[in-house]
Amino acid sequence: MSSTALMAEQIAERGTRNVEPRSITHSAILSARRLEKSYRKGKLVVPVLKGVDFSIREGGFVAVVGQSGCGKSTLLHLLGTLDAPDTGEIHFEGQRIDNLSPRSRDRLRNEHFGMIFQFYHLLPELSTLENVLAPIMIRYGVLSYWRHKKEHAERAKQLLDMVNLGHRLTHKPRELSGGEMQRTAIARALISQPKLLLADEPTGNLDQKTGGEILALLKQLNRDHGLTVVMVTHDQAIAKQADHVVRLVEGKVASAI
Amino acid sequence: MYKLLLSWRYLCTRYIALASIISVTLGVGTLIVVNSVMAGFTREMHVRLHGILSDVIVESHSMDGLVDPAWHMAEIRRVVGDDLAGTTAAVHVPAMLSMNVRGQVSTRQITLIGVDEATYADVSDFRQYLLHPENRKRLSFQLREEGYGDESREMPPSGWKYRRMKVSYERELEAQRQLLNAELAKSNTPKPVEAPGIPQDPTSASSGLPADPTATTADMGSVFDPAKEQFTGMVLGIAIGSVRQRNEEGKVLDYYLCRPGDDVQVTYASAGARPTARSDQFTVVDFYESKMSEYDSGFAFVPLRRLQEIRGMIDPKSGVDAVTTIQLKLKPGTDLNVVRDKLRAHFPIDKFQYQIKTWRDMQGPLLAAVQMETTLLNILLFLIIAVAGFGILATFFMIVVEKTRDIGILKALGAPSQGVMCIFLNYGFSLGLVGSGAGMIGGLLFVAYINDIAKLIEIVTGQEVFDPTVYYFERIPTAVQPIAVVGVVFGAVLIAVMASVLPALRAARLHPVEALRYE
Repeated sequence: MSSTALMAEQIAERGTRNVEPRSITHSAILSARRLEKSYRKGKLVVPVLKGVDFSIREGGFVAVVGQSGCGKSTLLHLLGTLDAPDTGEIHFEGQRIDNLSPRSRDRLRNEHFGMIFQFYHLLPELSTLENVLAPIMIRYGVLSYWRHKKEHAERAKQLLDMVNLGHRLTHKPRELSGGEMQRTAIARALISQPKLLLADEPTGNLDQKTGGEILALLKQLNRDHGLTVVMVTHDQAIAKQADHVVRLVEGKVASAI
Repeated sequence: MYKLLLSWRYLCTRYIALASIISVTLGVGTLIVVNSVMAGFTREMHVRLHGILSDVIVESHSMDGLVDPAWHMAEIRRVVGDDLAGTTAAVHVPAMLSMNVRGQVSTRQITLIGVDEATYADVSDFRQYLLHPENRKRLSFQLREEGYGDESREMPPSGWKYRRMKVSYERELEAQRQLLNAELAKSNTPKPVEAPGIPQDPTSASSGLPADPTATTADMGSVFDPAKEQFTGMVLGIAIGSVRQRNEEGKVLDYYLCRPGDDVQVTYASAGARPTARSDQFTVVDFYESKMSEYDSGFAFVPLRRLQEIRGMIDPKSGVDAVTTIQLKLKPGTDLNVVRDKLRAHFPIDKFQYQIKTWRDMQGPLLAAVQMETTLLNILLFLIIAVAGFGILATFFMIVVEKTRDIGILKALGAPSQGVMCIFLNYGFSLGLVGSGAGMIGGLLFVAYINDIAKLIEIVTGQEVFDPTVYYFERIPTAVQPIAVVGVVFGAVLIAVMASVLPALRAARLHPVEALRYE
């Protein structure tokens, strides 16, 4: 464990409704308080999260584990502002983000969060390089993008070099292997220089060796670049690699190490 | 930036969507072709309808006409002022024309028009439709020696040369017959009437009516010699004097019933309270071909003065004449309706027995019918493009469903809903642009080569696409109107964009989490 990783501290408590919010958010880059979320299936209301408290310090590496259906992906979506909680609050760098306007949330995701997914979620029409550049293209209009086109492309190439894909710039996702696609997705997540990386089962669709490589890459980013990582996984072995592990059981935090 | 890039990529990779805009392409192409052909027809028709008509016509209700045209013309000149380019007076009278076709009398109903040689050509394009090149330069009712027709219309021998040939042939025939009759009477033995040695008829066309020395001629005193003299000249519509038919090989040919140099008989009504039928001989001196069948098959032109005389339209005491119409030519760019209304105000209908019309008024129903046809075709074809719009709508919904996960990814990466919507609107716009662009190019090419295409279709199907005997056009007329083309393309693109609005809204409303989960 690197020193930066050791610095990271994760606080997750069960039933901490009487804890002062300030003590949770004190040094946390991201914190959630009493998150509740339920989905409707027809007339049936299915509660997924039943009051989750969560916090991660800057530079931390936290794994969220649990059985499938325990709500770990939902938690990640809420943290990533892809979805809004029914009740509860989420704070990012001391600011509440769960009640922001859609446009502000879009901007937040675009500029401060990096996301990677189990199924890579690359855009099939775009080449590797264009996929990595996608968040930049989303941020800037045509004119301002073209003005700094070279710088952006240079940075995307550096990132792809870093994930050992410098030779695959013009390939389409369908021409890449699973590991290559996930590495492209990581490069894409990093192009905006985010403070936080949210990873949803990043190794779930890969064999053990490739998965191990991806995990090593994430750890290297966490260690060398101080990137805060929240990783959701159902694999205990992978979760062990994280600094801290939060175990979700039936929508509640069962234990935090 | 991503909006343009993605819609461009979708455009290049989704061939099913390109298939869905083929109907837009076809619709736009067809609209352009139809509009161009209709515009070509309209233009050609305007030229032809206007052809031998002047711009504005002051027409008398009665066959006796309006008295003292000189005074009227002076009044008109005063009212219209500088816009007036020329005036002429004419007499229109229904008449019956009889001509001798291969020994039989063929009768046609015509409108006999007396025109002023000096001024009639100033108010209409009449002169340029004449067949003799000299007459095109200067209208004359004197028979020319020869030289009728040109490369575009070949004429059989006509003119004085033909007339002399015909007369000598007839005289010889007559002499032979008299000789034969005399011999028959002498021998008093009935023999079959044969005329050996009769020269072959040098022409395939008719012989004229037998020259009648007692008929009204240029000089009444002496005996009329048809080989040296002519009756009053007459310019005949080409369709009166000829029949357009196909020969055995299917080639379109003109058969002449009479030709310049032949004499015809015209029966017309005299002026006065009790019109009587009068007959007179005229010599055909030229044909005109305006390519407007209504005119070409109905109008025969004779000198105005002569017609006034024989109809009794000149007051024998005062010498004041009368005409049935006064025709005005206006300077180019003048609003005909304004001039018409000015004249109508000056010659109120309750005081003067005139009708004042522009040439458009005279052909109003026809022009309106063509206009209506164009409008109807436009509406129908735009409906086709609208149907194509629904095709685009369906295809787009499919594409949105197919791209659900991509939409989720874009939203996860921070693309706003409007941005996602823009992708699909852009996509619809570019599809519309590509579809109607291809349609425009196709349509314009089709218009440019329409006659070759018609020929090709004729060769392939054996069916004649464009029958020149119907329309009097040798080729399909076309006129590309840039404004119409731009309008059609704009409309088609608009329909494509409108068809993509609903799918784009659906894409924009997709929830990112659900879209990401979508398998």
